[in-house]
Amino acid sequence: MIPVLILLLIVGRFVDDAFFTSKNLLNVTLAQTELGLIVLAESLVLIVGKFDLSLESTIGFAPAVGIVLVVPEAAGGLGTEWPGALAIPICLAVGALVGAFNGLLILRFKLSAFIVTLGMLIMLRGLMTGVTEGKSLFELPDGFSYLGNTKWFGVRAAIWLVGILYALGIVLLTWFRHGRALYAIGGNEDAARAAGIRTTRITWIVFILAGVLGAFAGVLMTGRLGSVGAAQGDGMIFLVFAAAVIGGISLDGGKGTLFGALCGVWMLGLITNILTFGGVDARWLKAIYGAIILVALVITRITSGKAQD
Amino acid sequence: MTALPVTLNPGGGTGAMAGEASPAIATPAVVEAVAVTKRYGGTAALDDVAITVAAGETHALVGRNGAGKSTLVSIITGLQAPDEGRVLFHGEPAPSLSDRGGWRSLVACVYQKPNVIPTLSVAENLFLNRQVASATRPISWKRLRADARDLLESYGVDIDPSATADMLTVEQRQFVEIARALTAGARFVILDEPTAALERPAIAKLYTHLRRLQEHGVTILYISHHLREVFDLCDTVTVLRDARHIGTAPVASLTEDDLVSMMTGDTVSRRPWRTPTSDTAAAPALAVRGLAKAGRYDDVSFELRPGEIVGLAGVGSSGKVEVARAIVGTDRADQGTVEIGGTAVRTGSVAATLRAGLGFVPEDRHAEGLVPLLSVAENATLTVTDRLGRAGFISGGARDRLAAKAIADLDIRTDGPSQPVGSLSGGNAQKVVMSRALARQPRVLVLITPTAGVDVQSKESLLDVVDDAAAQGTAALIVSDELPDLRVCDRILVMNEGRITREISAGWGDDELVGAMEGIGTATTDTKELNQ
Repeated sequence: MIPVLILLLIVGRFVDDAFFTSKNLLNVTLAQTELGLIVLAESLVLIVGKFDLSLESTIGFAPAVGIVLVVPEAAGGLGTEWPGALAIPICLAVGALVGAFNGLLILRFKLSAFIVTLGMLIMLRGLMTGVTEGKSLFELPDGFSYLGNTKWFGVRAAIWLVGILYALGIVLLTWFRHGRALYAIGGNEDAARAAGIRTTRITWIVFILAGVLGAFAGVLMTGRLGSVGAAQGDGMIFLVFAAAVIGGISLDGGKGTLFGALCGVWMLGLITNILTFGGVDARWLKAIYGAIILVALVITRITSGKAQD
Repeated sequence: MTALPVTLNPGGGTGAMAGEASPAIATPAVVEAVAVTKRYGGTAALDDVAITVAAGETHALVGRNGAGKSTLVSIITGLQAPDEGRVLFHGEPAPSLSDRGGWRSLVACVYQKPNVIPTLSVAENLFLNRQVASATRPISWKRLRADARDLLESYGVDIDPSATADMLTVEQRQFVEIARALTAGARFVILDEPTAALERPAIAKLYTHLRRLQEHGVTILYISHHLREVFDLCDTVTVLRDARHIGTAPVASLTEDDLVSMMTGDTVSRRPWRTPTSDTAAAPALAVRGLAKAGRYDDVSFELRPGEIVGLAGVGSSGKVEVARAIVGTDRADQGTVEIGGTAVRTGSVAATLRAGLGFVPEDRHAEGLVPLLSVAENATLTVTDRLGRAGFISGGARDRLAAKAIADLDIRTDGPSQPVGSLSGGNAQKVVMSRALARQPRVLVLITPTAGVDVQSKESLLDVVDDAAAQGTAALIVSDELPDLRVCDRILVMNEGRITREISAGWGDDELVGAMEGIGTATTDTKELNQ
């Protein structure tokens, strides 16, 4: 992972002098913050052995709900006009509820995680369109704008926050028993259960956490862009999986590190940046991302020697 | 049959040690199951079964497939509750089923299916969920590795604690599971067929581990098909047969013959031996030479004449199913040749064997025999779709006609050719698989465990079909360890640990065949003794 990043930095430096400046690199990092948070959430879910496709809709839906309950009707709100301070908590609560509902269908009713969260992806996007009447929301409560734009020690708050959350995740998964349990459950759920790990409860919590992280990513994205776009997050899930797979997270569960996932996120950002500097048309980017996913999968298969599902 | 120095309990009761009066003050047994009965639907999996395992002893549990061993184990490990009877640990009633922690501190079972986390290290697997005293304290990986190393050394086992669990060999993985159970506090370990997947050198290593455990005073319940191991390792043996407790005795007081007799007992109505219909003058319909696959079977060679029915018998790890799969083309062999009707066939291609004139009934009809949502007609004609019409077209009429013939010939109970095969009973579904195999009028018919999960009447009628096919010139190979299946064979090739070790002609006694399969050399009789 690290060698590839270094390689990319070197390549970028050759492509354009403006690449290797702290301003540019920070910009790249900033553009990846929301993707980074979703990748963090998705990685947790993948490690525990499940899938969550709905996160790309949560990133738009959750802040949308928080905002429409708070802003006046003239600005697109529902007319309830609750106190502005509630916007962010509501947003996070919505994320938690989505995660809890995913968990209910997948763990209690034992439905396929892939199909359930795919259905949620579509449903939430539909709900969002219904709630916002298809319009973007431009009037934001103060909390959103603050988090999206403020700088701490010269670096955007978003970057700090994502960094801290990743650090917390890495510490929890490496040094704490309940974090290790994620790997056990993803690696062999029966063995984990036989060892006394409460697999259903922990997996449910992971889904809820993923929902909250998705909602928080929505807060940051909304704040940074200054609005909740009607199509916020649309199509993002492909990049999320690309970053996770490149970062070494196994789609079978039980394998991969959050640090690796973070590197995967950063790598995608650097590649986009280099291609832009190199003058590659933005229309080719999707094809390139797709090719990267395929190459990453092939490499993972060769290095691990096991068939993937 | 020699007089057996053991308490025979056809109706059940506690398996007391033979000839010993109960001591006035006895240490409570580690585990005691009393009058346990468990039913599934109408059949009893266990009927008034009892077992008592004393502290520190290695107690063997033996019985043929279906005797009730797995059910008993699932009850003693708290995965199911008995319908009647009770289980006691150290004289106290067993914990409730939901108290997994309680059960974990009393008993641990090492199954054939691996129960480790393959992506994590050995050290972490050993202390799974107990890496640290409290959930809010961070794990010290250095401490964990050191603890793991100490633990493995104390048992004299050479496993690298930092290796990932998926790199362990089978007997190493088994030991990690045992060690994990012991550090979690259990002093009683159940080993379910521990040597089933092991080669000789690995078995020797397992013996050393087990002897070490015995020295440490661990109580072991040892389940195995390999009676040799019972005599090598165990103090006491309990025999189950057809869901009942037959007897319990110190191993030292029994001979191998005694044990085999207890396991087979008196079998029910027997099929009369068939009159051979083989054409000894003709060229072999199936010739297998030097078939070998690393770790599974070696140097397997035999021939089938037209009209002959040959059995290929052996216990689970004997390799008989793997050999059969190589012959029919589902798997590939490393070496050796297969010739069907004189034509050499490349292993690993079912299409090739079908073209050469082979038909087969696979081991598991649910996995490989039937498409449950398709109709009886479609399933029965799946092997002859090229004969149902021209240029790839399938004529519904032709298909239904063929299916109707198969239904009549094999007496398949179904509403009609268009009934989805998934709704048929086991016996009738297996008949559909059989008709699929026969559809191309093969010169060689291979049947792998053909009567598994089939009711008694259908069993007989399936075997009658094989008998008739052989009488008409088909050569048949029956791969099974069920005695009724093997009774229809003219001769039986017994496999042990990957090699053909014996050939037994029709007219064999049950004890002789079971003994040969289990790997015990009883007096061989190759001469035909026609028992009626």
